[in-house]
Amino acid sequence: MDDNITAGLYSSRRRDSAAVVTVLGRDRKGIIAKVSAALYEHGANILDLSQTVLDDMFNMVMLVDIGDTDFNAVQTRLEALGRDIGQQIRIQRGEIFDAMHRV
Amino acid sequence: MIDPREVLDTLRMIDLEKLDARAITLGISLLGCVSDDSARLCQRVYDTVTRRAERLVAVGESIEREFGVPIVNKRISVTPVALISGAIPDPTPVAFALDNAAKTTGVHFIGGYAALAQKGMTTADRALIESLPDALSQTERVCAAVNVASTRAGIDMDAVALCGRAIKELSIRTAGSGGFGCAKLVVFANAVEDNPFMAGAFHGPGEGDLAVNVGVSGPGVVKRALEEVRGRPCDEVAERIKRTAFRVTRVGQMVAMEAARRLDAPFGIVDLSLAPTPAQGDSVARILEEIGLEVCGGPGSTAALALLNDAVKKGGVMASSHVGGLSGAFIPLSEDIGMIEAAASGALSIEKLEAMTCVCSVGLDMVAIPGGVTAETISAIIADEAAIGVVNNKTTGTRLVPVPGKAAGDWVEFGGLFGRAPILPVREYSAAAFINRGGRIPAPLTGVRN
Repeated sequence: MDDNITAGLYSSRRRDSAAVVTVLGRDRKGIIAKVSAALYEHGANILDLSQTVLDDMFNMVMLVDIGDTDFNAVQTRLEALGRDIGQQIRIQRGEIFDAMHRV
Repeated sequence: MIDPREVLDTLRMIDLEKLDARAITLGISLLGCVSDDSARLCQRVYDTVTRRAERLVAVGESIEREFGVPIVNKRISVTPVALISGAIPDPTPVAFALDNAAKTTGVHFIGGYAALAQKGMTTADRALIESLPDALSQTERVCAAVNVASTRAGIDMDAVALCGRAIKELSIRTAGSGGFGCAKLVVFANAVEDNPFMAGAFHGPGEGDLAVNVGVSGPGVVKRALEEVRGRPCDEVAERIKRTAFRVTRVGQMVAMEAARRLDAPFGIVDLSLAPTPAQGDSVARILEEIGLEVCGGPGSTAALALLNDAVKKGGVMASSHVGGLSGAFIPLSEDIGMIEAAASGALSIEKLEAMTCVCSVGLDMVAIPGGVTAETISAIIADEAAIGVVNNKTTGTRLVPVPGKAAGDWVEFGGLFGRAPILPVREYSAAAFINRGGRIPAPLTGVRN
């Protein structure tokens, strides 16, 4: 893992396809189903998922592999879905989290 | 594997504590533009900048979107103009060319209308300094810098005198906006060649054709981290700042590498400075207050700032492959809500600010002074700051804004990232006879290092 990160930080040719999807909002039915379906439509693969409901607030963190999919297309789709189902949904490239939390 | 708690941690830092990359600055060499024909020189400058920086704003925005880190400013720095204007009589048209290039590429500021005059002025340096009132009052996005001193060369008092007069004149020319023209001019000692921050950014003559330099920020993140060690010894405060600075800098390094890759330009440096904005929760003064001062500017401010500045550097230096620029804490008065309040309450004086600049980066930055202050007094303040930089072997800068028609205690509003400020009183004892001597103050013994 450490080697990958170092390579990621210092290589000028890197293209990492890991991304993190976070969903935050009032709990309701079908959030995971809808987010997963949107990701599936764009060919993204869910690698890991963690979800909690605290005081009626839904909170989910998903690690996904977006492969060769156009990042902007997935992002636009997820943001639109977020507006539809009243959740704040965002997707960020995984490197930002590696950079901040791994040495 | 990415830990959900770490994800939420990162989002909290970005959303609530205003973690951001303050600036991506693309340095562009203009040395190839030299011509003895003014129109041809200007055309080459415009073409070079617009071609090289064509994708800068789009790339900055794409990184912002994909990584979720705000990148507040996308900017351009160029070769000091006095180095390419030696064969034309008046460099002002180059400022217009730069202004147009900034507008075409969509950047808010372009730095490098500059002269390096620490040991002496060429004809071109002198012409550039004398053109500052014209150039900065008639352009919108051009930023200027003059290096008047260095530890190796001493202080060029002729250039200091000339800069004082240029600032005075520029403030009168831009009286309608509170002397705002002066906010676009920094007078340096030991200026650095790879500074990504405006207004003092330029692409030094020792640089390559292009360089991507990134300035990180995050005073809010540091303040928040220190809330967890209230009442603990200073060692723990330093440790906590170091850990936070490390994380913040890693984000800067990542943004810089990504920007360099996407722009197909070499990565230059990450500047570790803590740069405040006038927004609530983005203040360096508030960090000093969190360390234990009732108000920034009171006794203890210099020591607290020294602790902060050193810990930021120690934490950041491990997180980046190339650290450069100014790398320290900034204390621009009008751009920091805590500084503004401290100055308004009378706790923060120019003299205390000057003391604080001995232990952090930059210097008397964005300090509004009465419009009636003489050119010689402005020069004397510049010389004082330069002496601090020269003797302590560090960069200092002076960005004073004399506000026409206003007196100490009045307010001036610059807007946006430039903020607002109360006008600080300046001691009205004349240094005219000193400034009018001209000549050079010799390099100090600390400059003789070989």
